[in-house]
Amino acid sequence: MNNWKSSSVVIRHAVGLHARPSVKLTKLAKTFAGAVQIAESPDGPWIDAKSIVKVMAMKAKQDSTLYLRASGGDAATALDALVTLVERNCDEDRAHAASG
Amino acid sequence: MRQAVELKGKPASEGIFAGPIVTLGAAKTERRASGDPDAERRAFDGAVLAAITGLTTLVGTAEGEGAEMLGFQIALLEDDALLEPARALIDQGRPADDAWRRTVDAEILGYEMSDDDYFRARATDLKDMRDRVLRHLSGKEAHLAQAGAILIGDDVPPSLFLEADWSKGGAIALTEGSPSSHVAILARGRGIPMVVGLGDIGLNGHVEAVVDGGSGLLVLSPDDRAKKLWSDKARDFAQAREHEALFLARPARLKDGTPVELLINVAGPEELDSLDPGHCDGIGLMRSEFLFRDGKPLPDEDTQYKTYCRFLEWAGKKPVTIRTLDIGGDKPIKGLTPEGERNPFLGLRGVRLTLDRREVFKTQLRALARAALEATARLLDEVMADLKTQGFAAQRPPLGIMVEVPAVAIAPDLLAKAEFFSIGSNDLTQYVMAAARDEASVASLGDPSHPAVLQLIGNVVRYGRDHAIPVSLCGDMASEPRHVPSLIAAGLRTLSVSPSSIARVKAALADIG
Repeated sequence: MNNWKSSSVVIRHAVGLHARPSVKLTKLAKTFAGAVQIAESPDGPWIDAKSIVKVMAMKAKQDSTLYLRASGGDAATALDALVTLVERNCDEDRAHAASG
Repeated sequence: MRQAVELKGKPASEGIFAGPIVTLGAAKTERRASGDPDAERRAFDGAVLAAITGLTTLVGTAEGEGAEMLGFQIALLEDDALLEPARALIDQGRPADDAWRRTVDAEILGYEMSDDDYFRARATDLKDMRDRVLRHLSGKEAHLAQAGAILIGDDVPPSLFLEADWSKGGAIALTEGSPSSHVAILARGRGIPMVVGLGDIGLNGHVEAVVDGGSGLLVLSPDDRAKKLWSDKARDFAQAREHEALFLARPARLKDGTPVELLINVAGPEELDSLDPGHCDGIGLMRSEFLFRDGKPLPDEDTQYKTYCRFLEWAGKKPVTIRTLDIGGDKPIKGLTPEGERNPFLGLRGVRLTLDRREVFKTQLRALARAALEATARLLDEVMADLKTQGFAAQRPPLGIMVEVPAVAIAPDLLAKAEFFSIGSNDLTQYVMAAARDEASVASLGDPSHPAVLQLIGNVVRYGRDHAIPVSLCGDMASEPRHVPSLIAAGLRTLSVSPSSIARVKAALADIG
């Protein structure tokens, strides 16, 4: 039985959760030992935040709310880190400043 | 010598290039399957590993955008959600290449079926990744394009673009493709001319061509006269860009040093990512319509507030003018704009509509008033809205109006309470000239430099000057160097232009004595 901790965040990036932010999200999710899942509704369906294939398949759009839940000892840290990443727009500004 | 053929597609990256044609064929990946699931599984895992290694090496040589795209492919190749279904098919006895192709193709279909341009364009990245693994399975190396050539094909995978040698220039012409594909983004970054969506290209016997990326043209087998013409154009284009680039980071000035305030028009936060706020004096027009997209729920106050703050943060201490929701006319939104209007451009649009849909307007005004606390935001609209704060932290930003309806330009004194005027020359021109912008048969009549339009612009500028009301112009004409002299002559000293024309408008201003 999983003991879930959950949170939510609004996606601000104009094209939603697209390739680059999704890569960052899954990479970050993989650094946590416990399960990390995301969904477009608080009732699920929940998908594995560590899978780029599944995260991209959600096609989460701008202004939609992303629900997150995590289990295990580092669940709270994982949620904090992921919410911060999405709130920072997955560092898209900096990524562009570096390339542009 | 073949007869010259001119094909029209969609512009994806500006610039002109003439040179030999290289056709991109579909990757042939025949291989003999071993028939042994264990051997196939080992071959598959080996090919995936080799593909990841190859991509990782490539990431080391790519920059920014390119590196990120390859990172997406690597992430996919490391995802068991993609690999496991392929391995399961192999265990059932399918050859490795067939199992992989089936698995990835099912995934690609999901992207191709998307109603979103962005996600559809990602199908190319998946095909690129699929073919890389297939090449490793069959032991064939990728075919590298020669330097200084025009690549013609259905679509170009990003990795091929990154591996190609562009040191001698080159161009891309695609039968399919999209201006929002990764390759198009890369091409724009590298200044490689690119045209997409050309449809069937009959390449029979053609060996050389010209690509004009800005006009979306592909000319096959140009004759000597045409070649000379195009090479002159290409040289002029390159020289003009080089000259303009010198002005990008300089302040906007006339020849005699008179400063001109140069602002930018933006239609969404993603545009800010690649822009340096140091190159302009602020945002002259933020179109808030991007928040209200067809088929999506209306954005709530907090969402809007956060979005507006992002523009204000980007601009720092520079002014940001936000236009309230301007829909209707050629910008319908289901459920918000009226349906079945016989003449929507003269119908319930812009502020007429938002005043009619007060709950929508109020949410936006509240978000703007809260954002205004963060910086000096101005609130733009076609009429004054009397904004009262309602017990939350907010401030009334300066309220101005768009000058687009001829009545306003003729009698600006009737709207003397406006704190600034922003001339929208696109709509003003079409209303003054009675020529719809989107009607090809009359579009040439909609000339913004027509004396009637210029007289009205001059009228608004004069009224503003006499009554200390700032006047700016944010229509497309400000982004066109050939119109800039008449705007300066009309007395305008504040222009708002598209971000891509900052350098050329500054260059045009410096020529005005």
